[in-house]
Amino acid sequence: MAVVEIRQLYKAFGEVNAVNDVNLTIQEGEFLVLLGPSGSGKTSLLRMIAGLEKPTGGEIRIGGVVVNELPPRARKIAMVFQSYALYPHMTVYNNIAFPLRSVGMDRINIQTRVERAAKMFNIYHLLQRKPRQLSGGERQRVALARAVVREPDVFLLDEPLSNLDAKLRALARDELKQFQRQIGVTTVYVTHDQVEAMGMGDRVVVMNYGRVQQIGTPQALYRAPANTFVATFLGSPPMNLVEQDNCIIGFHPEHFLPKGIDQHMQSPITIPFEVTRVEYLGSERFLYGYVQGVGERTRVVSNIPSLVQLAIEAGRTYDFVADLHDLSYFDKMSGDRIAPVRLQIAQAAGV
Amino acid sequence: MIRKAGQTGLTYFLITLFILFTAFPFYWMLITTFKNDNELYRNREANPLVFNQAPTLDNLRLLFNNTNYQTFVENSLKVGIAVVVITVLLAVPASYSLARLAGAWGERLGIMIFMVYLIPPTLLFIPMSQIVSFLGLRDSLWSLIVIYPTFTVPFCTWLLMGFMKSIPVDVEEQAMVDGYSRFGAILRVVFPLALPGILTVVVFAFTLTTHEFIYALAFITTSSQKVISTGVTSELIRGDVFFWQAIMGAGLLVAIPVALVYNLFLDRFIAGFTMGAVTGK
Repeated sequence: MAVVEIRQLYKAFGEVNAVNDVNLTIQEGEFLVLLGPSGSGKTSLLRMIAGLEKPTGGEIRIGGVVVNELPPRARKIAMVFQSYALYPHMTVYNNIAFPLRSVGMDRINIQTRVERAAKMFNIYHLLQRKPRQLSGGERQRVALARAVVREPDVFLLDEPLSNLDAKLRALARDELKQFQRQIGVTTVYVTHDQVEAMGMGDRVVVMNYGRVQQIGTPQALYRAPANTFVATFLGSPPMNLVEQDNCIIGFHPEHFLPKGIDQHMQSPITIPFEVTRVEYLGSERFLYGYVQGVGERTRVVSNIPSLVQLAIEAGRTYDFVADLHDLSYFDKMSGDRIAPVRLQIAQAAGV
Repeated sequence: MIRKAGQTGLTYFLITLFILFTAFPFYWMLITTFKNDNELYRNREANPLVFNQAPTLDNLRLLFNNTNYQTFVENSLKVGIAVVVITVLLAVPASYSLARLAGAWGERLGIMIFMVYLIPPTLLFIPMSQIVSFLGLRDSLWSLIVIYPTFTVPFCTWLLMGFMKSIPVDVEEQAMVDGYSRFGAILRVVFPLALPGILTVVVFAFTLTTHEFIYALAFITTSSQKVISTGVTSELIRGDVFFWQAIMGAGLLVAIPVALVYNLFLDRFIAGFTMGAVTGK
């Protein structure tokens, strides 16, 4: 276990700054998620921590030691690649034993450790198979077993669940999180899937264009996004953004509800909502349409839990409410979060 | 149903034709080897595809007792093995570095190296003979051992590049994370995975050297130093007399083992060529 510190880290590929002035401290035993779209620099950052990529500038410390010049093998890290990168010519046993052989461990010790790791991930019965004889989920477990067997200081995971089907992914997410808690190793997890990030991270780092956009707990990020990028990247569907004068007002779809079910709201404001399409998804309903009372006519989404039985039809305009306390405000030019401004709400005709 | 049966029938018919076409030279060599002079040259009316008179071993006796055939085979083996070793030692690291380290230039360099292979030996043997003389290797097997890698190395490097590129970088990086240096990762992960490619290169380099003719003819004149391709033709064609049966026998004896090895590695061989084709696009 170790603290990972990243100071003013840069990485340039030719003209492009893949990682731009990143400062980050990952606490001992923390599960930190790097979240961002493709090309945001999250994988480059992970590869620099692993030592597979050399930083253009800045410093990386693992356990207080500057590791910039150390090769991957000297950093006491374990990494799981998106492809799992199992050695196709070796059995599962030899795959897991491979990192132990590199440190010259004796045969009996290797066997004990491999068997313990295999039992931990429930793959003991697969030890004599080759990777090509395994399913996607089994391969992922082998990759994880190989990563833990060395008892690393830091775990680096590069989208390890993206090759699994949706059903298996939810299960693997839960298992992975439980397992990380159990062994308590500092973990850096890269993903472009905000559900994974929100569900697993102790803290989430949102990245875009090589820069850190915001660092915080999933709750903090969701409640108070630092800018419009974070606001629209998190949540499904993401936060609604409506322009008004020099600012952008944001509200989450589930905070925009039909009038009448707003008892819990402290200071509700009424906004007319022209519904154009209703999407029924079982546990919830998504309503697509336009608001025009606040600033310009803008397309927004409302997410109503299925508990609310209210009949809503496409093609009609209804009175919807949002809580003033749930609104976020952003600067129109920079997109950065600003202090609340006074809202002007015009009542649309014909409501 | 009938249409499907017809298609299958047609497929088998074409395959049979093709097999007859490719196997026929071997059959012709085999039957000729054991025919006596009388049957081969004088019996014009008889069916040439079968024995009309009793087969004979005289021709093989001539080949083994009256020529240096065994020496030629030994020489070919010596040259072949030496060239294979040199080729593998040079082409494996070259192809790895071109596939992994040189980026976009790697591909261009790979194609340029392959171009070298396309220069015909009929053009090159004149300057090469000067080099051979300069090195004092005239009339020695060493001349071939030095010259043959000039065409086996470029081709095999290009061929291996395809194999090397097909090995995921992830796997190699994983080995580096798992505690090995880059060299250690190459040794333990890249080489074992490139083994089919390396075997292809071994077979290819060996056959390429055994059927080479021009350099062997130009650089070596002493019978005891000749390899099979030049030795058989020079000792079994005396003036305008062709010892056809012995020539056929000499060819057959070396062709069969090579054909067997080719068949054994056929799948790998095709994979190697197509991979090379993709990277050399």
